[in-house]
Amino acid sequence: MAIYGTAILSFCLLAGMLIGRGLGQLLGMENKDIGGVGIAMLLLILLTDWLKKRGNLQPPTESGILFWSAIYIPVIVAMAASQNVRKAIHGGYAALIAGVLVSVACVALVPLFCRIGRSRGEDSSHLDP
Amino acid sequence: MMQFIKPLLVEYPLITAFAVIGLLVGFSYLLSGWLTRGRLHGSAIAIMLGLVLAYVGGEITKGEKGLADIPEFAGIGLMGGSMLRDFAIVATAMGVRMEELRKTGIAGVASLFTGIFVSFVVGVCVGYAFGYRDAVSLTTLGAGAATFIVGPVTGTALGATPEVIALSFAAGLIKSITVMVGTPLVARFIGLNNPRTAMIYGGLMGTTSGVAGGLAATDPKLVPYGAMTATFYTGLGCLLGPSVMYFIIRSIF
Repeated sequence: MAIYGTAILSFCLLAGMLIGRGLGQLLGMENKDIGGVGIAMLLLILLTDWLKKRGNLQPPTESGILFWSAIYIPVIVAMAASQNVRKAIHGGYAALIAGVLVSVACVALVPLFCRIGRSRGEDSSHLDP
Repeated sequence: MMQFIKPLLVEYPLITAFAVIGLLVGFSYLLSGWLTRGRLHGSAIAIMLGLVLAYVGGEITKGEKGLADIPEFAGIGLMGGSMLRDFAIVATAMGVRMEELRKTGIAGVASLFTGIFVSFVVGVCVGYAFGYRDAVSLTTLGAGAATFIVGPVTGTALGATPEVIALSFAAGLIKSITVMVGTPLVARFIGLNNPRTAMIYGGLMGTTSGVAGGLAATDPKLVPYGAMTATFYTGLGCLLGPSVMYFIIRSIF
C-alpha cells in the first residue's frame, strides 16, 4: 500500500531531524540541526536498499515515496513564490553585491574541487571538459 | 461569483496552492516551448515566475512571505514551507546510488568547509568596503553571505544590531535567488552534469533552497546529490559562525 512508503519516508525524516538536532544539542546549539535532512536521506537510501534486497519493497509501497519525489519541483516553485524577495531587493547595494559576488566566487571553485581525488582514475564516466 | 470563490480558496489553502502552482508550472512549460524551444527548462521559468510573484505579493501586502501573504494564496506558504520541502527533498534520495556518495567523500567534505570559509571572506570584505569596522557586524555579514539562516543566527548569538542582521539576511536571500536562477545557466561551463559535481556544488554553494531550485531546473536527477551536502552547510555554518569565524575576524580587526 502507498501509505507504507509514505510512512517510511516520514519515519526517515523524523529520525534524521532528531539525530540532526541531537548533534546540534551536543555541540551546544539549542534547536539547531546539523544535516538533519542529509541524515534522513542516508537513512532512506539504506532502509529501502535493505528492504529491496529482502524483496520486501513492493511497487505500491515504492509509489508512496516516488510521488513525493515527483512533487518536488512544484514544492520548490511554491517555495520561490513565498520568499521575501521584496526585502532582499530593498536590502540595498551591500546585500546585492555580497550575494552575487559570493555566488560567483563559489561557482568558480567548482571545477577545482572536481579534480580532488580524481587523479586515481576512478571517474571516467564523463569525458567532457 | 467572486464572493463565493474567495472564502472557498481561504478555506482550502493547500488545495488552492496545488491548483495555482500546477497552473504556474504548466504555463512555464508552455513558455519554455514557445519562447526558447525547450532550451531554458520549464522548471527554471517556473521558479523565476515564482520569485516575481513573490515580489508582487510582497509589494501588495508589505508582508514577509511573498505571495503567501495574500490570504487566498496562504497555502503556497505551507506547500513551499520547510515541512513539505524537507519531505520532498528526502524523497528524491530514492534515486541515489550509494557508490556515487562514496566516490565523492573527501571532496564533498572539503567543499563544505571551503564553501563556508569563502562565503565568510567575501561577506566580510563587502562589509568592510561598505564601512563596517567592528568584528561583530563583519562576522554577521560574512555569515549572511553563507546562507540567510546562518546570518541571523550568528548575528543574534553575537548581539549584532537589527540593521546588520537584516542586511545579512538580505545578502543570503540574494545568494539563494542568484543560485536558483544562475545554476542552469552556468551548469554547462562548470561540468555540472554528474552526481559527483552536484555534491561538490551543493557543498560549495550551501544555500539549500538555491541549490535545490537551481539543480531542479538543470537536471532533476542531480537534486538529491546536491541537496545532500547542502543540508549540512547551514548547520555547520551556524556552528562555525559565532565561534571559529568570529575569533578569526576579531583577531584581525
